[in-house]
Amino acid sequence: MYEHDVIVVGAGGAGLRAAIAAHEAGADTAIVSKLHPVRSHTGAAEGGINAALREGDDWELHAYDTMKGSDYLADAPAAETLAQDAPEETIQLEHWGMPFSREEDGRVSQRPFGGLSFPRTTYAGAETGHHLLHVMYEQVVKRGIQVYDEWYVMNLATDDAADPNDRECHGVVAYDVQSGNVEGFKANGGVILATGGPGQAFDHTTNAVSCTGDGHAMAYRAGAPLEDMEFIQFHPTSLPSTGVLISEGVRGEGGILYNAKGERFMFEYGYANNSGELASRDVVARAELTEVNEGRGVNDEYVHLDMRHLGEERILDRLENILHLAEDFEGVDGLVEPMPVKPGQHYAMGGIDVDENGQTCINGLYAAGESACVSVHGGNRLGGNALPELIVFGKRAGRHAAGDDLGTAEIKTGYGDDVEDETETELPVQPGSAGLDTPGGVAADGGVTAEADGLLERAVEAERARVDHLMEKDDGVQHAQIRAKLQKAMTDYVNVFRTDEGIRKALRVIRECREEYQDVYVDDPSRTFNTDLQQTYETRNLIDVAETIALGALVRNEFRGAHWRQENQERDDENWLKHTLISWEDGDPNIFYRPVILEGEKTYEPKVRSY
Amino acid sequence: MRGTESPQQERLKEKEQGLAQEEAVDESDLEGETVHLKVFRYDPEVEGKQEPRFDDFYVPFEKGMTVLDAVMYARDEFDSSLTFRHSCRQAVCGSDAFFVNGKQQLGCKTQISELKQPVRIEPLPHQEVVKDLVVDMDHFYDQMHAVEPYFQQEELPDGDLEEQRQSRENREKVKMSTRCIWCAACMSSCNIAAGDNEYLGPAAINKAYRFAMDEREDDEIKEHRLRIVEQEHGVWRCQTQFSCTDVCPKDIPLTEHIQELKREAVKKNLKFW
Ligand SMILES: Cc1cc2nc3c(=O)[nH]c(=O)nc-3n(C[C@H](O)[C@H](O)[C@H](O)COP(=O)(O)OP(=O)(O)OC[C@H]3O[C@@H](n4cnc5c(N)ncnc54)[C@H](O)[C@@H]3O)c2cc1C
Ligand code: SF4
Ligand code: FES
Repeated sequence: MYEHDVIVVGAGGAGLRAAIAAHEAGADTAIVSKLHPVRSHTGAAEGGINAALREGDDWELHAYDTMKGSDYLADAPAAETLAQDAPEETIQLEHWGMPFSREEDGRVSQRPFGGLSFPRTTYAGAETGHHLLHVMYEQVVKRGIQVYDEWYVMNLATDDAADPNDRECHGVVAYDVQSGNVEGFKANGGVILATGGPGQAFDHTTNAVSCTGDGHAMAYRAGAPLEDMEFIQFHPTSLPSTGVLISEGVRGEGGILYNAKGERFMFEYGYANNSGELASRDVVARAELTEVNEGRGVNDEYVHLDMRHLGEERILDRLENILHLAEDFEGVDGLVEPMPVKPGQHYAMGGIDVDENGQTCINGLYAAGESACVSVHGGNRLGGNALPELIVFGKRAGRHAAGDDLGTAEIKTGYGDDVEDETETELPVQPGSAGLDTPGGVAADGGVTAEADGLLERAVEAERARVDHLMEKDDGVQHAQIRAKLQKAMTDYVNVFRTDEGIRKALRVIRECREEYQDVYVDDPSRTFNTDLQQTYETRNLIDVAETIALGALVRNEFRGAHWRQENQERDDENWLKHTLISWEDGDPNIFYRPVILEGEKTYEPKVRSY
Repeated sequence: MRGTESPQQERLKEKEQGLAQEEAVDESDLEGETVHLKVFRYDPEVEGKQEPRFDDFYVPFEKGMTVLDAVMYARDEFDSSLTFRHSCRQAVCGSDAFFVNGKQQLGCKTQISELKQPVRIEPLPHQEVVKDLVVDMDHFYDQMHAVEPYFQQEELPDGDLEEQRQSRENREKVKMSTRCIWCAACMSSCNIAAGDNEYLGPAAINKAYRFAMDEREDDEIKEHRLRIVEQEHGVWRCQTQFSCTDVCPKDIPLTEHIQELKREAVKKNLKFW
């Protein structure tokens, strides 16, 4: 058994920032990550980091843009904290040596991004995330923070008190990918989940193969609700054949979208008469698909993004990486021809229900980064707002877990007095546990125990038993089959355009996947670097996460932010200024709502979100 | 060996038999849009794989298919024990440097259509193989860490909101060096590294370059950095064979950077001798 004060699960931007903060606050801190830190998907971020650094800009404007962009489903204290702390955190990165792009006077450059009232997106070429990730890993190395890399976290060691609000997390169970050993990691202060997004629930995504929502699913099954999962951002400019992202920076710099007829459709068809290509992402994604659906798509599949008019010099200076991506992954030379683009799953606005200090309703369990929902992004995330979230809230979670006093949070978590139960929607199938998939699960071990060591040991035994079961079983279904089926259903039915009927179909398929999963087995007989085993675990997490996405999409019968439904094409502020929460309830999920907070230091009146 | 065989072992036997059949498939049956892969297999634990061997896979070709797509297909459809690292699919995570048709390349950045068949896919040479295409990266990481790969400027502008200034020219100068994704292709291609286990290697030296040339760090630190790369197993080992530069998926002019550090070191020595 390993033991530390603070265990950070995940080594992307959020995890690394949390670990540095916990370490600086004096805690013995360790990072446990299934990938070596520099392999994390934060490295793929291209565009930049929003921070109000310059004269003429201020945090109020940033908070206002964020609330508007969220379609008034972000919680004001979260958006304000983000806007207030982002400048200092961004400059902190510069002080750590991050190679930001520069102005003539040597100061860091900023550029316009969709939905922003000021060009506050601070960037390092078109590879901002790569630099952010590496700079933070460098700081982890400098401080000598312990990293257990290529250790896959399988489960949390949480007791099973009847009310999740009374539960406590004592550590994690992890599997050393290289040796196959399953071990316990005891956390005396706290466990911080920073496991990134769940993009692999979809088959056309800008997310990495490792983005499987593990943290979401582990927290969910331990009793922390998942919040606003229906809000999935589809990025308007991903390459058709791979899903590789073409940054919004291209449009920020002046790139133009054309349909097959060569029309600048964002204006020609009135999708966004003021902002055109720089309207909010959901607006542009729907516009593109509408063009395709109405027969004006190129090859009936995509539209064109043209940046040739920017000139070679400017492109090479600011968007060089885009040229490589278009060339390597689509075989297109962006200097001489327009690039084909279509919407692809990109970001999950929802996530593990936490407050501004990163705390879940379970004692000692935190979440930060894309796996968490504070909520900063509400119904729709603005480009450039995720990276500052990683560093602002990663740091807060790290400090809090290490014992720093950050004051009482204004945002509530978990099931409490302020929530309202979902009562109206009939579900097409029973969601949740199919019964067999929790043999020896911690929640099923029959008794509450306050004793941390014993609890962790039992959790380790349970995972060892699960591994043995999966490896000893010699036939059945393989995870890849189930995963493919799940991804297809999500992309077919819970995509940019959603219908009540489609979502119900998706829920039925998810149920089938769950049932098939009962018969899953791991064919690779080796304990050495068994990725088959790891992916089998990940697929189970994807099933749970996909189900919460579909359930959220089913109950929210309005159109807000990225969530559009054919039957409900209006935002419904009377009934829906509230977050959707789904809790696992030991396998029998419960859906409830919590009102959004639109009042912080400022008040944010819901306005029509036009661009 | 215990008396009865576990299901795992039985499965393994079946698989070997299955594989034998797979190998026997006549290529003429698989004409048309099929890619023939020859993939290196090794597993220290598994009987039949303890001796390295090559397995053949025939994968339906799709436009734009990369080497990574092809091995993923082979794994998901034919043999789930086929093991390799991968994550981003877009040449930023540095996980999937393989030895493809005799050259270090990122699987995700290499188009199948540009390769001669059968496509031979092996783990990176000169690194210990853990299993199949997975190599032990510890040595590579140790070398990277040995150059103190972190910014070390103590004196910073006053105020939390005041950045250090850096000229565009200087940023341009270090730009290429900051692109390294730690894929280890360069290290694997280097003859010197193969012969001298302590050689820092191109990636680590490039990392040192990235900081030494950054004007935001002051002269004292730069000197300290030069001393690190100037040691016995540092820059002077490089014999400018350019193999690292040839394979780097991020087009970093590694050999040039190594040469420049040699010159900087000489300059420094002239000053102090
Ligand atoms: C292509 C692309 C471009 C983007 N561009 C921008 C941009 O320009 N600006 C912006 O603000 N945002 C951008 N985003 C969004 C932003 O980059 C991500 O939301 C953010 O980087 C996620 O960071 P993270 O630290 O939460 O997760 P990640 O960086 O994904 O890290 C997750 C970590 O968790 C670990 N992990 C996961 N599961 C387990 C487990 N079971 N056990 C152990 N470890 C585990 C992984 O190893 C990894 O280290 C972009 C996203 C994408 C996909
Ligand atoms: S220098 Fe190039 S080849 Fe070497 S590790 Fe870095 S990216 Fe890979
Ligand atoms: S999969 Fe990330 S570099 Fe190839």
